[in-house]
Amino acid sequence: MTQTDAHYKRPQVAGYADVPLAEKERLFEQVKSDIRFGDYLYGCYECGICVAACPSARFYDFSPRRIAQAAAREDAELIYQQMQEDIWECSQCFSCLRCPRGNNPGGIITIMREVAVNNGLASAKEALMGYSRIIYKIMSTGTQVSPDMLQPDAFPDWGPETSDVSVNLDLWRRALPPETLHTTSTGWAVADKTLIELYLIWFHTGALDMIAEVDPGLHAILAEVMEERLEEEGIEI
Amino acid sequence: MTIPIEALKRKKEHFERGEDRRALEDPRAELLHLEEQGELVVQKIDRETISVSTKYGREKRIQKAHLWHHKSCGQCGHIPGYSTSIFWVMRKLGYDYNDPQDQTSCTAWNYYASATSNSAAQAAVAVRNFAAANETGYFPLIHCGTSYGHYKDVREELIRHPDLRAQVRDIMAKIGKPLVLPEEIVHYSEWFHALRHEIKAKQVRDVSGIKVTVHPACHYYKLVEGDAIYDPDIYGGQRTAVVTGLAQELGADVRTYSTWFDCCGFGFRHILVQRDFTRSFATLRKIEVMKEEADPDVVLTHDTGCVTTLDKSQFAAQAHDRNVGVAVMSEAQFAALAMGAHPYKVCQLHWHSADYRPVLEKMGIDHERAWAEFQADLKRLENGEKRYLDWDDVG
Repeated sequence: MTQTDAHYKRPQVAGYADVPLAEKERLFEQVKSDIRFGDYLYGCYECGICVAACPSARFYDFSPRRIAQAAAREDAELIYQQMQEDIWECSQCFSCLRCPRGNNPGGIITIMREVAVNNGLASAKEALMGYSRIIYKIMSTGTQVSPDMLQPDAFPDWGPETSDVSVNLDLWRRALPPETLHTTSTGWAVADKTLIELYLIWFHTGALDMIAEVDPGLHAILAEVMEERLEEEGIEI
Repeated sequence: MTIPIEALKRKKEHFERGEDRRALEDPRAELLHLEEQGELVVQKIDRETISVSTKYGREKRIQKAHLWHHKSCGQCGHIPGYSTSIFWVMRKLGYDYNDPQDQTSCTAWNYYASATSNSAAQAAVAVRNFAAANETGYFPLIHCGTSYGHYKDVREELIRHPDLRAQVRDIMAKIGKPLVLPEEIVHYSEWFHALRHEIKAKQVRDVSGIKVTVHPACHYYKLVEGDAIYDPDIYGGQRTAVVTGLAQELGADVRTYSTWFDCCGFGFRHILVQRDFTRSFATLRKIEVMKEEADPDVVLTHDTGCVTTLDKSQFAAQAHDRNVGVAVMSEAQFAALAMGAHPYKVCQLHWHSADYRPVLEKMGIDHERAWAEFQADLKRLENGEKRYLDWDDVG
């Protein structure tokens, strides 16, 4: 450990001693280089208001204050630990914006999550395990959830009404007066040209490529679906 | 431990506080300035408006009619009576609207759940939807609280960062659209709040005996907080005025509770893949506290995730004999019921889980008869008399 990084949490404490410091610093540089980082972090009074407001802090070993402080101290060791252990507990409700200093710990976490996904960190793969079908739904159809997801085996804790919806799905959707809501596999009817435009956005912003790091199989399926549809329209990527 | 002198020096350097970048005082003015410079296109409000006050006093104009409905994933997918009630109330007040197919999700639910996106993609999705609205001439009205909050964040990012604007303009050019943002970003609950007197004028059911608690949606008033609607006459201006203002206008008995600031427990990824947290938070920190302190007949809120979480989380808690069991719906559904809407054909309460029948009875609604009427309509669909029910069928 050099003089300049003496303020870092020691790897014996922060864990992940097998990961070189240079790698941890590389990841933090990616966090810091996000255009939003400077808008989200100003310092910390250590008042704990963000923790008091945080729902995840009540149920997990999680603290938005630690996130803001580690980022402020640029403690690459601790930040790496948080990227592996903490960030996926955040509820992203942004109650921590109550911070009197103006910090946005939830926003810093959003950026840290993005970096975790982009670099295929184990925490990202674990957190998104079981979530693949949702990513497929939103990226391929343009709506996040659909009526046909309401299956009793998927939501057994939501009560017997979920089963009623599942059994009567087609009929109940046809009974909805707004014409756009007669769908069962998407939240509403999305026009074909709209989907094409959405696919182009995923390709041109690198959002589709992000999936490759955390779920190569899902990435391959999504890429095939989108490329095929774009080819039908005569669009080459 | 060695005192990290060099690090402390660096730290000081990093925390010289410059411009306060938490939120823009007047994003509308910034947008118009950027439009003058040819950086983007601003869709203008071009119909009659009602002015309301935001948290720090900036006036926000709410266009009454000719609105482009930016629908919500969770509302349309899992609680369709929510969206249907918004449309129904607008129709009953005689205001025209556009319910587009040229609309995608804001994709922010996924972004806050999985981070499998980035700021450029999020901004491009937002701008694509706004450009689609602009093409129709209808002004956007956002149904989802997360879309509303996220779009305001995106607006701030686009205003602050020229490089992001350039990147998004480039992507938009590839799909043949300009970079468009609306003059104001308006949530449907702001429209309901602004028009609460007109809604009251059409009220046909008495709700004065209904005890109500309000859950204000985090992404409505915590993201870009200065742009949310407040009123000194409602909670002394210390909480957002939307939802409560409407419920009070309709004459409901609005009651407070201590954990009003807490989120619902939705968690974005938690509601889908880690619901032990969601159920625990929703019941222990919200529903049980409301029951203990306010004994509500119904919980009203104004966002997709909040209705879902607070409604669906109660079933499992009942199995553990927790103090739960209260109806949950949006204020749009509540207002529609007060205006005489059918509880099943319009408000679609059969998609909800917590028992809503007691509150219907207190409103004087015969829910058994209403269910029989709905079943009769379903028969018409089953026997092929009609393929779909339409607005004429639901009254």
